[in-house]
Amino acid sequence: MNETERNVKYNKYVNAKIAKTKAFPSLFNAFWVGGLVCVLGQGINDLLLYFFPTMAEQTAWSYTLIALIFLASFLTGLGVFDRIGQFAGAGTIVPITGFSNSIASPAMDFKNEGIIYGLCVKMFSIAGPVIVIGIASSIIVGLIYLFI
Amino acid sequence: MKLGNQTIVFKNRPKIIGNYAVVGPKEGAGNFGSYFDYVMKDDRFGEKTYEGAERKMVETAIVGAIDSAGLIPKNIDILLAGDLLNQIISSSYAARSFDIPYLGLFGACSTMAETLAVGACLVDGGFFNNIACCTASHFSTAERQFRFPLELGNQRPPTSQWTTTAAGCSILSSKGNGPSVTMATFGKVTDWGITDVNNMGAAMAPSAMSTLVAHFEDTHTRPEDYDLIVTGDLGKLGSEVLIDLMEDKGYKLGVNYCDCGQMMFRREQKPLMGGSGCGCSASILNSFLINKIKSGQYKKILFMATGALLSTTATQQGETVPGIAHAVVIER
Repeated sequence: MNETERNVKYNKYVNAKIAKTKAFPSLFNAFWVGGLVCVLGQGINDLLLYFFPTMAEQTAWSYTLIALIFLASFLTGLGVFDRIGQFAGAGTIVPITGFSNSIASPAMDFKNEGIIYGLCVKMFSIAGPVIVIGIASSIIVGLIYLFI
Repeated sequence: MKLGNQTIVFKNRPKIIGNYAVVGPKEGAGNFGSYFDYVMKDDRFGEKTYEGAERKMVETAIVGAIDSAGLIPKNIDILLAGDLLNQIISSSYAARSFDIPYLGLFGACSTMAETLAVGACLVDGGFFNNIACCTASHFSTAERQFRFPLELGNQRPPTSQWTTTAAGCSILSSKGNGPSVTMATFGKVTDWGITDVNNMGAAMAPSAMSTLVAHFEDTHTRPEDYDLIVTGDLGKLGSEVLIDLMEDKGYKLGVNYCDCGQMMFRREQKPLMGGSGCGCSASILNSFLINKIKSGQYKKILFMATGALLSTTATQQGETVPGIAHAVVIER
Protein backbone atom coordinates (compact mmCIF):
# COMPACT_ATOMS: atom_id res chain seq x y z
CA MET A 1 0.00 0.00 0.00
CA ASN A 2 1.53 3.32 -0.99
CA GLU A 3 1.51 6.45 1.13
CA THR A 4 -1.39 8.20 -0.57
CA GLU A 5 -3.60 5.12 -0.26
CA ARG A 6 -2.62 4.74 3.37
CA ASN A 7 -3.43 8.39 4.10
CA VAL A 8 -6.79 8.23 2.36
CA LYS A 9 -7.66 5.06 4.27
CA TYR A 10 -6.50 6.60 7.55
CA ASN A 11 -8.52 9.79 7.02
CA LYS A 12 -11.59 7.70 6.24
CA TYR A 13 -11.08 5.63 9.38
CA VAL A 14 -10.60 8.76 11.54
CA ASN A 15 -13.65 10.50 10.10
CA ALA A 16 -15.76 7.43 10.85
CA LYS A 17 -14.48 7.48 14.45
CA ILE A 18 -15.29 11.12 15.15
CA ALA A 19 -18.45 11.56 17.18
CA LYS A 20 -20.67 13.75 15.04
CA THR A 21 -22.08 16.94 16.51
CA LYS A 22 -25.74 16.39 17.33
CA ALA A 23 -27.57 18.59 14.84
CA PHE A 24 -30.85 19.03 16.67
CA PRO A 25 -29.61 20.48 20.00
CA SER A 26 -27.15 22.76 18.16
CA LEU A 27 -29.84 24.05 15.81
CA PHE A 28 -32.36 24.42 18.61
CA ASN A 29 -30.01 26.46 20.83
CA ALA A 30 -28.92 28.63 17.91
CA PHE A 31 -32.55 29.18 16.96
CA TRP A 32 -33.88 30.27 20.32
CA VAL A 33 -30.89 32.38 21.37
CA GLY A 34 -30.72 33.98 17.92
CA GLY A 35 -34.46 34.62 18.11
CA LEU A 36 -34.00 36.17 21.54
CA VAL A 37 -31.37 38.57 20.14
CA CYS A 38 -33.85 39.59 17.44
CA VAL A 39 -36.61 40.09 20.00
CA LEU A 40 -34.22 42.22 22.04
CA GLY A 41 -33.40 44.33 18.97
CA GLN A 42 -37.07 44.76 18.13
CA GLY A 43 -37.77 45.66 21.76
CA ILE A 44 -35.12 48.38 21.80
CA ASN A 45 -36.44 49.71 18.51
CA ASP A 46 -40.05 49.81 19.75
CA LEU A 47 -39.07 51.45 23.03
CA LEU A 48 -37.11 54.14 21.18
CA LEU A 49 -40.07 54.92 18.97
CA TYR A 50 -42.42 54.86 22.00
CA PHE A 51 -40.37 57.32 24.07
CA PHE A 52 -39.27 59.51 21.15
CA PRO A 53 -42.29 59.59 18.85
CA THR A 54 -40.69 62.25 16.62
CA MET A 55 -37.70 60.04 15.87
CA ALA A 56 -37.43 58.85 12.25
CA GLU A 57 -37.68 55.09 11.86
CA GLN A 58 -34.29 54.97 10.10
CA THR A 59 -32.66 56.72 13.06
CA ALA A 60 -34.26 54.34 15.52
CA TRP A 61 -32.82 51.39 13.56
CA SER A 62 -29.34 52.92 13.77
CA TYR A 63 -29.65 53.40 17.52
CA THR A 64 -30.86 49.82 17.89
CA LEU A 65 -27.80 48.52 16.05
CA ILE A 66 -25.53 50.70 18.17
CA ALA A 67 -27.19 49.34 21.33
CA LEU A 68 -26.73 45.71 20.23
CA ILE A 69 -23.12 46.32 19.18
CA PHE A 70 -22.43 47.94 22.55
CA LEU A 71 -24.11 45.14 24.46
CA ALA A 72 -22.12 42.42 22.66
CA SER A 73 -18.81 44.27 23.11
CA PHE A 74 -19.62 44.87 26.75
CA LEU A 75 -20.37 41.19 27.35
CA THR A 76 -17.16 40.31 25.47
CA GLY A 77 -15.23 42.60 27.80
CA LEU A 78 -16.81 40.93 30.81
CA GLY A 79 -15.71 37.56 29.43
CA VAL A 80 -19.27 36.28 29.16
CA PHE A 81 -19.85 36.38 25.41
CA ASP A 82 -17.56 33.47 24.52
CA ARG A 83 -19.53 31.25 26.90
CA ILE A 84 -22.83 32.30 25.35
CA GLY A 85 -21.26 31.72 21.92
CA GLN A 86 -20.08 28.23 22.83
CA PHE A 87 -23.66 27.42 23.79
CA ALA A 88 -25.57 29.26 21.08
CA GLY A 89 -23.21 28.99 18.09
CA ALA A 90 -24.69 30.71 15.08
CA GLY A 91 -27.43 32.15 17.29
CA THR A 92 -25.08 34.87 18.50
CA ILE A 93 -22.54 34.87 15.63
CA VAL A 94 -24.95 35.61 12.77
CA PRO A 95 -26.66 38.71 14.23
CA ILE A 96 -24.64 41.92 14.53
CA THR A 97 -23.64 40.77 18.03
CA GLY A 98 -21.19 38.31 16.42
CA PHE A 99 -19.64 41.02 14.31
CA SER A 100 -19.19 43.20 17.38
CA ASN A 101 -17.63 40.31 19.31
CA SER A 102 -15.29 39.47 16.43
CA ILE A 103 -13.84 43.00 16.57
CA ALA A 104 -13.82 43.42 20.35
CA SER A 105 -12.19 40.06 21.14
CA PRO A 106 -8.96 40.47 19.08
CA ALA A 107 -8.75 44.09 20.23
CA MET A 108 -8.70 42.85 23.84
CA ASP A 109 -6.23 40.09 23.06
CA PHE A 110 -3.70 42.16 21.21
CA LYS A 111 -3.69 45.38 23.22
CA ASN A 112 -0.47 44.23 24.88
CA GLU A 113 1.29 44.38 21.51
CA GLY A 114 0.62 48.13 21.31
CA ILE A 115 -2.20 50.39 20.16
CA ILE A 116 -1.19 50.62 16.47
CA TYR A 117 0.49 47.32 15.62
CA GLY A 118 -1.40 45.30 18.17
CA LEU A 119 -4.92 46.54 18.75
CA CYS A 120 -5.60 48.48 15.52
CA VAL A 121 -4.03 45.94 13.16
CA LYS A 122 -5.43 42.79 14.76
CA MET A 123 -8.88 44.23 15.44
CA PHE A 124 -10.01 43.21 11.95
CA SER A 125 -8.29 39.84 11.82
CA ILE A 126 -11.65 38.06 12.12
CA ALA A 127 -14.05 40.74 10.86
CA GLY A 128 -11.82 41.87 7.98
CA PRO A 129 -12.84 39.12 5.55
CA VAL A 130 -16.52 39.80 6.31
CA ILE A 131 -16.07 43.46 5.38
CA VAL A 132 -14.05 42.67 2.25
CA ILE A 133 -16.51 40.10 0.97
CA GLY A 134 -19.43 42.34 1.93
CA ILE A 135 -18.04 45.26 -0.08
CA ALA A 136 -16.98 43.08 -3.01
CA SER A 137 -20.38 41.43 -3.31
CA SER A 138 -22.17 44.78 -3.02
CA ILE A 139 -20.12 46.05 -5.98
CA ILE A 140 -21.09 43.00 -8.03
CA VAL A 141 -24.77 43.36 -7.09
CA GLY A 142 -24.56 47.10 -7.89
CA LEU A 143 -23.13 46.38 -11.33
CA ILE A 144 -25.84 43.85 -12.07
CA TYR A 145 -28.45 46.36 -10.93
CA LEU A 146 -26.93 49.00 -13.22
CA PHE A 147 -27.27 46.87 -16.34
CA ILE A 148 -30.69 45.26 -15.85
CA MET B 1 24.69 2.50 23.70
CA LYS B 2 22.47 2.25 20.65
CA LEU B 3 20.02 -0.61 20.57
CA GLY B 4 18.31 -1.45 17.30
CA ASN B 5 17.39 1.44 15.04
CA GLN B 6 16.08 4.23 17.22
CA THR B 7 16.71 3.32 20.85
CA ILE B 8 19.52 4.18 23.24
CA VAL B 9 20.25 2.30 26.46
CA PHE B 10 21.79 4.34 29.25
CA LYS B 11 24.35 2.20 31.03
CA ASN B 12 24.99 4.73 33.77
CA ARG B 13 21.28 5.16 34.48
CA PRO B 14 20.86 8.94 34.88
CA LYS B 15 18.66 9.70 37.89
CA ILE B 16 15.76 12.09 38.16
CA ILE B 17 16.72 13.70 41.44
CA GLY B 18 14.36 16.65 41.35
CA ASN B 19 10.91 17.32 39.92
CA TYR B 20 8.41 20.13 40.08
CA ALA B 21 5.07 20.89 38.44
CA VAL B 22 3.19 24.18 38.36
CA VAL B 23 -0.29 24.37 36.86
CA GLY B 24 -3.14 26.79 36.24
CA PRO B 25 -6.37 26.92 38.28
CA LYS B 26 -8.38 24.78 35.83
CA GLU B 27 -5.71 22.06 35.90
CA GLY B 28 -5.57 22.40 39.68
CA ALA B 29 -9.27 21.57 39.77
CA GLY B 30 -8.68 18.57 37.50
CA ASN B 31 -7.97 14.94 38.29
CA PHE B 32 -4.38 15.48 39.47
CA GLY B 33 -4.99 18.69 41.43
CA SER B 34 -3.66 17.39 44.73
CA TYR B 35 -0.43 16.06 43.20
CA PHE B 36 0.86 19.28 41.65
CA ASP B 37 3.48 21.22 43.57
CA TYR B 38 1.94 24.59 42.85
CA VAL B 39 -1.46 25.66 41.58
CA MET B 40 -1.66 29.21 40.26
CA LYS B 41 -4.49 31.34 41.61
CA ASP B 42 -5.15 32.93 38.24
CA ASP B 43 -4.02 32.48 34.64
CA ARG B 44 -1.89 35.60 34.62
CA PHE B 45 0.31 34.54 37.54
CA GLY B 46 0.76 38.20 38.52
CA GLU B 47 2.12 39.15 35.11
CA LYS B 48 0.80 41.74 32.64
CA THR B 49 0.60 39.32 29.71
CA TYR B 50 -0.15 35.62 29.31
CA GLU B 51 3.23 35.18 27.63
CA GLY B 52 4.79 36.69 30.74
CA ALA B 53 2.82 34.22 32.85
CA GLU B 54 4.09 31.28 30.81
CA ARG B 55 7.68 32.49 31.16
CA LYS B 56 7.19 32.83 34.91
CA MET B 57 5.79 29.30 35.04
CA VAL B 58 8.97 28.01 33.39
CA GLU B 59 11.09 29.93 35.89
CA THR B 60 9.02 28.67 38.81
CA ALA B 61 9.26 25.06 37.63
CA ILE B 62 13.04 25.27 37.18
CA VAL B 63 13.61 26.87 40.57
CA GLY B 64 11.23 24.40 42.21
CA ALA B 65 12.89 21.37 40.64
CA ILE B 66 16.41 22.55 41.49
CA ASP B 67 15.23 23.15 45.02
CA SER B 68 13.58 19.74 45.32
CA ALA B 69 16.87 18.16 44.21
CA GLY B 70 18.58 19.94 47.07
CA LEU B 71 20.76 21.90 44.67
CA ILE B 72 21.27 25.55 43.79
CA PRO B 73 21.13 26.97 40.24
CA LYS B 74 24.93 27.12 40.14
CA ASN B 75 25.04 23.31 40.31
CA ILE B 76 23.12 22.91 37.07
CA ASP B 77 25.42 22.38 34.09
CA ILE B 78 22.89 22.99 31.36
CA LEU B 79 19.22 23.78 30.92
CA LEU B 80 17.22 22.02 28.19
CA ALA B 81 13.85 23.59 27.56
CA GLY B 82 11.21 24.25 24.95
CA ASP B 83 7.61 25.34 24.54
CA LEU B 84 4.92 25.95 21.93
CA LEU B 85 5.32 29.63 21.24
CA ASN B 86 7.05 31.03 18.18
CA GLN B 87 10.83 31.02 18.69
CA ILE B 88 10.22 29.16 21.98
CA ILE B 89 10.20 32.50 23.81
CA SER B 90 8.90 31.19 27.13
CA SER B 91 11.94 28.97 27.55
CA SER B 92 14.53 31.33 26.13
CA TYR B 93 13.27 34.32 28.08
CA ALA B 94 13.08 32.26 31.26
CA ALA B 95 16.65 31.06 30.67
CA ARG B 96 17.64 34.74 30.65
CA SER B 97 17.14 34.89 34.41
CA PHE B 98 19.41 31.93 35.13
CA ASP B 99 23.17 31.91 34.96
CA ILE B 100 23.08 28.48 33.29
CA PRO B 101 24.04 27.45 29.72
CA TYR B 102 20.88 26.81 27.74
CA LEU B 103 19.81 24.66 24.82
CA GLY B 104 16.37 25.36 23.38
CA LEU B 105 14.59 22.31 22.01
CA PHE B 106 11.40 22.31 19.98
CA GLY B 107 9.30 19.20 19.73
CA ALA B 108 5.88 20.78 20.20
CA CYS B 109 4.04 18.79 22.87
CA SER B 110 6.70 16.05 22.81
CA THR B 111 9.23 18.40 24.40
CA MET B 112 9.22 16.82 27.87
CA ALA B 113 10.28 13.42 26.52
CA GLU B 114 12.66 15.10 24.08
CA THR B 115 14.50 17.10 26.76
CA LEU B 116 14.64 14.05 29.04
CA ALA B 117 16.01 11.84 26.27
CA VAL B 118 18.63 14.37 25.15
CA GLY B 119 19.49 15.17 28.77
CA ALA B 120 19.90 11.50 29.61
CA CYS B 121 22.30 11.11 26.64
CA LEU B 122 24.38 14.03 27.87
CA VAL B 123 24.51 12.73 31.45
CA ASP B 124 25.10 9.13 30.43
CA GLY B 125 27.94 10.17 28.15
CA GLY B 126 29.62 11.80 31.10
CA PHE B 127 29.47 15.29 29.64
CA PHE B 128 27.34 16.87 32.33
CA ASN B 129 26.45 16.03 35.93
CA ASN B 130 23.21 17.89 36.49
CA ILE B 131 20.75 18.88 33.80
CA ALA B 132 17.44 20.69 34.11
CA CYS B 133 14.79 19.52 31.59
CA CYS B 134 11.80 21.79 31.40
CA THR B 135 8.76 22.61 29.30
CA ALA B 136 5.56 24.60 29.61
CA SER B 137 2.38 25.55 27.81
CA HIS B 138 -0.38 28.05 28.51
CA PHE B 139 -3.94 27.85 27.25
CA SER B 140 -4.22 31.56 26.51
CA THR B 141 -0.90 31.97 24.69
CA ALA B 142 -1.44 28.86 22.57
CA GLU B 143 -5.01 29.85 21.77
CA ARG B 144 -3.85 33.30 20.67
CA GLN B 145 -1.08 31.93 18.50
CA PHE B 146 -2.72 28.91 16.93
CA ARG B 147 -6.45 29.58 16.99
CA PHE B 148 -8.77 32.47 17.72
CA PRO B 149 -8.90 35.36 20.19
CA LEU B 150 -9.80 34.16 23.68
CA GLU B 151 -13.13 35.95 23.95
CA LEU B 152 -14.39 35.09 20.46
CA GLY B 153 -17.85 33.55 20.72
CA ASN B 154 -17.22 30.60 18.41
CA GLN B 155 -17.88 26.94 19.14
CA ARG B 156 -15.03 24.53 19.72
CA PRO B 157 -15.15 21.53 17.39
CA PRO B 158 -15.87 18.24 19.21
CA THR B 159 -12.45 16.80 18.27
CA SER B 160 -10.50 19.72 19.72
CA GLN B 161 -8.42 19.54 22.86
CA TRP B 162 -7.84 22.04 25.63
CA THR B 163 -4.27 23.34 25.87
CA THR B 164 -3.06 22.77 29.39
CA THR B 165 -1.72 25.66 31.43
CA ALA B 166 1.16 23.88 33.10
CA ALA B 167 4.92 23.61 33.39
CA GLY B 168 7.11 20.76 34.55
CA CYS B 169 10.80 20.42 35.21
CA SER B 170 12.99 17.42 36.03
CA ILE B 171 16.58 17.47 37.20
CA LEU B 172 18.68 14.69 35.70
CA SER B 173 21.85 13.76 37.50
CA SER B 174 24.68 11.31 37.22
CA LYS B 175 24.48 10.60 40.95
CA GLY B 176 21.94 10.79 43.74
CA ASN B 177 18.68 9.02 44.42
CA GLY B 178 15.58 8.86 42.32
CA PRO B 179 13.99 7.07 39.40
CA SER B 180 16.42 6.26 36.58
CA VAL B 181 16.05 6.98 32.90
CA THR B 182 17.21 3.71 31.39
CA MET B 183 16.25 3.92 27.72
CA ALA B 184 15.12 6.44 25.17
CA THR B 185 13.59 5.96 21.74
CA PHE B 186 13.78 8.92 19.40
CA GLY B 187 10.85 9.19 17.04
CA LYS B 188 10.54 9.95 13.36
CA VAL B 189 8.34 12.67 11.94
CA THR B 190 5.22 10.85 10.76
CA ASP B 191 2.49 12.36 8.62
CA TRP B 192 -0.56 10.38 7.60
CA GLY B 193 -2.27 13.25 5.86
CA ILE B 194 -4.52 14.74 8.55
CA THR B 195 -5.33 18.34 7.60
CA ASP B 196 -7.75 19.19 10.42
CA VAL B 197 -5.80 21.27 12.96
CA ASN B 198 -8.61 20.68 15.42
CA ASN B 199 -7.94 16.97 15.39
CA MET B 200 -4.40 16.73 16.65
CA GLY B 201 -4.97 13.42 18.39
CA ALA B 202 -5.51 11.71 15.04
CA ALA B 203 -2.56 13.60 13.53
CA MET B 204 -0.21 12.44 16.29
CA ALA B 205 -1.42 8.86 16.75
CA PRO B 206 0.58 7.43 13.78
CA SER B 207 3.80 8.98 15.13
CA ALA B 208 3.04 7.49 18.55
CA MET B 209 2.50 4.11 16.90
CA SER B 210 5.74 4.43 14.92
CA THR B 211 7.85 5.23 18.00
CA LEU B 212 6.12 2.63 20.14
CA VAL B 213 6.63 -0.14 17.56
CA ALA B 214 10.25 0.94 17.08
CA HIS B 215 10.75 0.81 20.85
CA PHE B 216 9.25 -2.66 21.26
CA GLU B 217 11.23 -4.01 18.30
CA ASP B 218 14.52 -2.42 19.37
CA THR B 219 14.25 -3.56 22.98
CA HIS B 220 12.47 -6.89 22.34
CA THR B 221 9.81 -5.97 24.87
CA ARG B 222 6.03 -6.15 24.77
CA PRO B 223 3.42 -3.75 26.21
CA GLU B 224 2.91 -6.05 29.22
CA ASP B 225 6.57 -5.63 30.25
CA TYR B 226 5.73 -2.16 31.53
CA ASP B 227 3.73 -1.22 34.61
CA LEU B 228 2.47 1.76 32.70
CA ILE B 229 2.67 3.02 29.13
CA VAL B 230 1.71 6.65 29.19
CA THR B 231 1.35 8.92 26.17
CA GLY B 232 1.44 12.69 26.26
CA ASP B 233 -1.61 14.35 24.84
CA LEU B 234 -3.29 12.15 22.28
CA GLY B 235 -6.61 12.80 23.96
CA LYS B 236 -9.60 10.49 23.91
CA LEU B 237 -9.82 10.09 20.13
CA GLY B 238 -6.05 9.93 19.59
CA SER B 239 -5.51 7.22 22.17
CA GLU B 240 -8.37 5.14 20.77
CA VAL B 241 -6.77 5.48 17.34
CA LEU B 242 -3.38 4.50 18.77
CA ILE B 243 -4.85 1.36 20.36
CA ASP B 244 -6.31 0.40 16.95
CA LEU B 245 -3.08 1.15 15.08
CA MET B 246 -1.04 -0.87 17.58
CA GLU B 247 -3.43 -3.77 17.27
CA ASP B 248 -2.83 -3.75 13.50
CA LYS B 249 0.88 -4.08 14.27
CA GLY B 250 0.28 -6.99 16.62
CA TYR B 251 0.59 -5.22 19.96
CA LYS B 252 -2.30 -5.06 22.37
CA LEU B 253 -2.33 -2.00 24.62
CA GLY B 254 -4.24 -3.08 27.68
CA VAL B 255 -5.17 -1.58 31.01
CA ASN B 256 -1.58 -0.46 31.57
CA TYR B 257 -1.97 2.09 28.79
CA CYS B 258 -3.16 5.63 29.52
CA ASP B 259 -2.90 9.14 28.14
CA CYS B 260 -2.07 12.28 30.13
CA GLY B 261 -4.33 14.45 27.96
CA GLN B 262 -7.30 12.21 28.52
CA MET B 263 -6.72 12.06 32.28
CA MET B 264 -5.87 15.70 32.98
CA PHE B 265 -9.34 17.18 33.34
CA ARG B 266 -12.56 16.00 34.91
CA ARG B 267 -15.43 15.30 32.54
CA GLU B 268 -17.52 18.17 33.90
CA GLN B 269 -14.73 20.60 32.97
CA LYS B 270 -15.69 19.91 29.34
CA PRO B 271 -12.22 19.58 27.84
CA LEU B 272 -13.80 17.77 24.83
CA MET B 273 -11.12 15.26 23.76
CA GLY B 274 -8.91 16.13 26.75
CA GLY B 275 -5.88 18.22 27.55
CA SER B 276 -2.98 18.99 25.24
CA GLY B 277 0.17 21.07 25.21
CA CYS B 278 3.73 20.50 26.41
CA GLY B 279 2.75 21.15 30.00
CA CYS B 280 0.13 18.40 30.02
CA SER B 281 2.51 15.44 30.06
CA ALA B 282 5.28 17.46 31.74
CA SER B 283 3.19 18.34 34.78
CA ILE B 284 1.74 14.84 35.23
CA LEU B 285 5.18 13.24 34.84
CA ASN B 286 6.81 15.62 37.27
CA SER B 287 4.19 15.22 39.94
CA PHE B 288 2.04 12.12 39.89
CA LEU B 289 4.16 9.70 37.84
CA ILE B 290 7.60 10.36 39.34
CA ASN B 291 6.17 10.32 42.85
CA LYS B 292 4.41 7.01 42.18
CA ILE B 293 7.67 5.54 40.88
CA LYS B 294 9.47 6.81 43.96
CA SER B 295 6.87 5.25 46.22
CA GLY B 296 7.23 1.96 44.36
CA GLN B 297 3.73 1.77 42.94
CA TYR B 298 5.22 1.68 39.45
CA LYS B 299 8.57 0.03 38.84
CA LYS B 300 9.00 0.58 35.12
CA ILE B 301 7.09 3.01 32.94
CA LEU B 302 7.30 4.00 29.32
CA PHE B 303 6.70 7.71 29.03
CA MET B 304 6.03 8.85 25.49
CA ALA B 305 5.17 12.46 24.73
CA THR B 306 3.63 13.21 21.36
CA GLY B 307 3.77 16.45 19.42
CA ALA B 308 1.98 17.94 16.41
CA LEU B 309 4.59 19.90 14.52
CA LEU B 310 2.21 22.32 12.90
CA SER B 311 2.44 26.04 12.30
CA THR B 312 -0.35 28.39 11.33
CA THR B 313 1.56 29.39 8.18
CA ALA B 314 1.98 25.81 6.97
CA THR B 315 -1.62 24.80 7.70
CA GLN B 316 -3.03 27.92 6.02
CA GLN B 317 -0.97 27.00 2.96
CA GLY B 318 -2.74 23.65 2.92
CA GLU B 319 -0.05 21.51 4.49
CA THR B 320 -0.97 18.44 6.51
CA VAL B 321 -0.15 18.06 10.22
CA PRO B 322 3.03 16.05 10.90
CA GLY B 323 3.49 14.39 14.26
CA ILE B 324 6.40 13.21 16.36
CA ALA B 325 6.77 11.10 19.48
CA HIS B 326 9.74 10.41 21.71
CA ALA B 327 9.75 7.80 24.45
CA VAL B 328 11.79 7.31 27.60
CA VAL B 329 11.79 4.39 29.98
CA ILE B 330 11.83 5.39 33.62
CA GLU B 331 12.59 2.74 36.23
CA ARG B 332 12.64 2.70 39.96
